[in-house]
Amino acid sequence: MADSTPPLRLYPLGDAAVVLELGQAIAPATHQLLQAFAQALAQHPLPGLREVVPAFTTLTVYYDPWVLSQASEIVPYEQVASYLLGLLPAAQAALADYVPGPLVEIPVCYGGDFGPDLGLVASHAQLAPAEVIARHAQPEYLVYMVGFAPGFPYLGGLDAGLATPRRPTPRPLVPAGAVGIAGAQTGIYSLPTPGGWQLIGRTPLRLFDPGRARPSLLQAGDRLRFVPISEAEFQRLRHAH
Amino acid sequence: MPISVIKPGVLTTVQDLGRYGYQRQGLVVSGALDAGALRAANLLVGNPENLAGLELTLRGPVLRFEADALLALTGADLAATIAGQPVPLGRPVAVRAGAVLTFGAPTTSGRAWLALAGGVAVPPVLGSRATYLRAAVGGLAGRALQAGDELPVGEWPAAGRRLIENSLPEPAAGWAAARWFLPTFLPASPGAPLVVRALPGPEYEQFGPASQRAFWAEAFTVTTEADRMGARLGGPSLARDMASELLSSAVTFGTVQVPAGGQPIVLLADCQTTGGYPRLAQVISADLGRLAQALPGTRLRFVQVGLAEAQALYLAQERRLRALARAVHLKSLP
Repeated sequence: MADSTPPLRLYPLGDAAVVLELGQAIAPATHQLLQAFAQALAQHPLPGLREVVPAFTTLTVYYDPWVLSQASEIVPYEQVASYLLGLLPAAQAALADYVPGPLVEIPVCYGGDFGPDLGLVASHAQLAPAEVIARHAQPEYLVYMVGFAPGFPYLGGLDAGLATPRRPTPRPLVPAGAVGIAGAQTGIYSLPTPGGWQLIGRTPLRLFDPGRARPSLLQAGDRLRFVPISEAEFQRLRHAH
Repeated sequence: MPISVIKPGVLTTVQDLGRYGYQRQGLVVSGALDAGALRAANLLVGNPENLAGLELTLRGPVLRFEADALLALTGADLAATIAGQPVPLGRPVAVRAGAVLTFGAPTTSGRAWLALAGGVAVPPVLGSRATYLRAAVGGLAGRALQAGDELPVGEWPAAGRRLIENSLPEPAAGWAAARWFLPTFLPASPGAPLVVRALPGPEYEQFGPASQRAFWAEAFTVTTEADRMGARLGGPSLARDMASELLSSAVTFGTVQVPAGGQPIVLLADCQTTGGYPRLAQVISADLGRLAQALPGTRLRFVQVGLAEAQALYLAQERRLRALARAVHLKSLP
């Protein structure tokens, strides 16, 4: 395992955050070690740590220099950096017991008004629209991170044959729940926003709801599968939520 | 008893010190653009420093107090008046029920904070009362104030009543201000460029020497693309030496990122939690409050400091606020 471990690097993001970076490549193994680090940090919290933000190859740890300065004369950044380095064995131990995140099913009504670009994606891929739907709904995706907008998941696992360039001109407003493809990525808009992704369907689920204790439906580490549904089912589920 | 909003002002929002703990879910922190100014305003009315107040932009609201209130204003001088008399900044001000607070044209720069004894008591959402406009989270129905709104005010802290008893004159013409005041947060001289100190960002070394030099040496101007999420800056064009795509990683309040066009964007309190643009610099925590005054047309200069100095400045700012808390505490003893 040691051979495949990407190089660990620590650097500051300003005076109140440390970035822990594991190389520059998106890979499930890197993601799992970052998740294990976050888990080790949750189990061994350091007073003064505010919150942790996972991304593709980084874990950014926000801290309060004041709290840390009360505990030690050492510069707060050095305290946090050496603490994170010291957690590596605990993270590697947690990695040995790594349990994959829950599998979340996302119902999607493909095509029609909900997926106006399905035909374009199909002709770009030289596939029938039904085959695009089948290939999009086939893989088990991994939620690498949530960011860009509240509840917006960055997914890995799109069938390379479905990769389609972004629209040359973004739409002024894409509705929440729209499922799209941009280059080799697929994703789900979590808020109404302007956007240039090729839209192939829509989910009736709310990816972000501040009324929930856990406002983002998806968390980094979750696994995800798209499940095709009819428009009638879409309407039924939308009103159920 | 509430406060009636007669006119909302340009952009008046309920803000506290931000919504922490949800950035991993993509939820932005929000909160007062000048946290130090809101903390100071809260302390001046005897509040805990994290209660919600109002953030005022360019032109403040017109508010009628339906009950006696104790307020403090910090940040820029937006020419507050009650009954035609100017209301001073940086000190507790007792207001009688029925008084109307108005704001004139900005005489200096653009954002101010209004704290009220008891705080603005909108219901907290995910642990905070801060307004995040884009997702309509928190604050007053997730939006800026509108005419006709009624702002709930929380129960006064005992310290607020004692501050009035101990150090405020009898309200004449509906209001009275303490004679003592706080000089720390008064705005800088008008017209001078805003100077903020910054650390090199994670991708700083990927920028060429010419871009690095220009960033520290030249002045930038805040463009009209500026809001609570961030401010796009006009000035020298900055370029990364490499063309490779970056993977998205965390960004935060004060991150200076440079999109492909070469015009930097300095991110503010409502910024997204992650981004994929190179992070050229990071404004130090002690100077984030100054960025709150970076409105369109403001000239801005960045001065490089080291991490140890930035953290020393952070601690110095915390000590100043703690000294203020002690001073107010002494003035509010029974």
